[in-house]
Amino acid sequence: MCGIAGIYFNDARTPEAARLERMVGAIPHRGPDGTGYHIEPGVGLGHARLSIIDLGGGAQPIHNGDETTWITYNGEVFNYIELRAELIARGHKFRTQSDTEVIVHAYDEYGDDFVDHLNGQFAFALWDRKLRRLLLVRDRAGILPLYYAQIPGGIVFASEVKALLASGYVQAALDPDGFDELMTFWAPVAPRTVFAGVSIVPPGEMLVLDESGMRRKRYWHWEFPRVADLRRDPAEKLEAELHQILGDATQIRLRADVPVGAYLSGGLDSSTLVALLKQRVPQTLQTFSIGFDDAGLDESAHQQAMVRHLDTVHNHVQCSLADIAKAFPRTILHSESPILRTAPAPMQLLSGLVRRNGVKVVLTGEGADEVLGGYDIFKESKVRQFWAQQPQSKWRPGLLKRLYPYLDLTSEQSAAYLKEFFGIGLNNPSDPCFSHLPRWMTTAQCKLFWSDEFRARTSGDPAARLRESLPAELAGWHPFNRSEYLEAKTLLPSYLLSSQGDRMLMANSVEGRFPFLDHRLIEFATRLHPRYKMRVLREKWLLKQAMRKALPESILNRHKQPYRAPDAAAFLGPSMPEYVKELTSEAMITRYGYFDPVKVSRLITKLGRSKVPAARDNMAFIGVLSTQIWHATFVSGQTVG
Amino acid sequence: MADALNDQIRNFILENYLFTNDTKALGLDDSLLGRGIVDSTGMLEIIFFIEEQLGVKVKDEEMIPDNLDSVNKIAAFVSSKRRAA
Repeated sequence: MCGIAGIYFNDARTPEAARLERMVGAIPHRGPDGTGYHIEPGVGLGHARLSIIDLGGGAQPIHNGDETTWITYNGEVFNYIELRAELIARGHKFRTQSDTEVIVHAYDEYGDDFVDHLNGQFAFALWDRKLRRLLLVRDRAGILPLYYAQIPGGIVFASEVKALLASGYVQAALDPDGFDELMTFWAPVAPRTVFAGVSIVPPGEMLVLDESGMRRKRYWHWEFPRVADLRRDPAEKLEAELHQILGDATQIRLRADVPVGAYLSGGLDSSTLVALLKQRVPQTLQTFSIGFDDAGLDESAHQQAMVRHLDTVHNHVQCSLADIAKAFPRTILHSESPILRTAPAPMQLLSGLVRRNGVKVVLTGEGADEVLGGYDIFKESKVRQFWAQQPQSKWRPGLLKRLYPYLDLTSEQSAAYLKEFFGIGLNNPSDPCFSHLPRWMTTAQCKLFWSDEFRARTSGDPAARLRESLPAELAGWHPFNRSEYLEAKTLLPSYLLSSQGDRMLMANSVEGRFPFLDHRLIEFATRLHPRYKMRVLREKWLLKQAMRKALPESILNRHKQPYRAPDAAAFLGPSMPEYVKELTSEAMITRYGYFDPVKVSRLITKLGRSKVPAARDNMAFIGVLSTQIWHATFVSGQTVG
Repeated sequence: MADALNDQIRNFILENYLFTNDTKALGLDDSLLGRGIVDSTGMLEIIFFIEEQLGVKVKDEEMIPDNLDSVNKIAAFVSSKRRAA
């Protein structure tokens, strides 16, 4: 992967080279292997290269034969070999072996539909000199980022916001509604970001810019059939299809001119990938994992079980509370966003381990839970739907206890509490947001700590805004599919693939690849009846069926453990880092103005004396601390920690 | 006496869940779960408070919203337990 940056003017002004160089210079971690520029009237394209394919010939920006189509590109088109052969058969001549050049020729051949031919993860700017038109294109699932900001007579765009800030055209400031969305959904909903005036191209869309203006164009989205049209084929047939698609999705993601490794969490998804990789990589496979001192969060035993089963060369990093506290400011520098959990910080340490071992590319199991039905929120929603059919039932909500065994309560009273908490929205199970209301309500508790002044700057209800933006056809989808869609629209691209994904990988110049997010697999899975994803409350049923011969029972039958890292405990106590003391002091909370200093002080006092901090207090503290670091880093321009 | 108990409970909730001294932030009959002030795990902290600070043991079958879901309900529950003791 790489970093891109650029400037576009609709009046054919020529962008300044020094400005473009400053932008590219702000994201060297995305592309340490070289830089390149192309500037002409109307457009400037910049590129920072992390070389993975065609190490000698893939320098960018790249153009077509008569130099009328130019591209600066971040990503991988995994089917470039087949696409290249197809284009050669149609008379195209290539100068390099790179996947980048294939995109340019695909555009020349297929016009704006070219993107339908690309299988991969990408974010790029394509300049058509003849039409004087710029396309900003982002991949279907939103694996790679592409930000932009409007400036007088044009736009600036880049892989990361810090490049936009380096252009001198954009000043960092918090977008109150973006922040409100973050403190509801965990991240703003694209195109909104937490930076005022900065947008992100939504997944599956392209932005078209020419003299007539700027418009969004969607080329793909997570589309589910109506309930009557869902596939109900025999399980054996679907298992075979899943095996074939996932196998090929993994196979084409091995295309690289550098070594490819894999993350191994010890869960079903990464174990599946490693098992598939092992069948396809002749040499010894390198795997990477992270462990925690806290036994409740640590998955090392399961990782070791898979390492023994598949005989990989395994690399492990043990993450202490102090490691998280130390890594946290750099985590925010790279995520460019406040966050509500520390979970991205260990992911940054993990990508560092990968890089130190000489590996540039890792495959990860991210996306399997969204695509094949793995999350607790899907189960929770299923139980709540079941309960909503008989709201007076006492035992129906009791099923929730199977999902949350820590709700260690007796049956009579637990039913009453479950009803109060998970019963939100029970009177309207057809609400498109039904599945996510309990989570959003819990997350929104963080807003309790806002200052009155900041609260007054927000406008409207984020959930209402999201509801209005949902596709009309969603009403005809199965409730399970509706909740999958919400995950794919909110948490997946804007948090998991961003703050916890691309940004933590790229912090150490490592490229992640995501076989479960191959669009062929997504399109296969969206057509399945949910019973193949979740059988009663057994998650990822079809995947387990398909992998039952390749994985040990201990992995297949393991209770799903969400990836978590220690939160407030990493920062509090006698060894509280100086930067935490300073940024959460009354003076700094007051100066930045987002939070109420008295409430924050009480929260810290409460957390300091709690033996087991409540989840919402943890989340609020991490939200406050990360927002303060974000402001210090981007608005005040300081180095934190 | 009842007012003092109400105040003690309200102050605990204000301090620990709403992080403020402003008594207007919490009505005596406000539902703690319904307003999202306390979640199901946070309720355990309230039970600790009742047992450790107010000196009343809470049995499993008594952990129901009717006893614990507002300042007034907690106060009535605690008072009745104290009377019965």
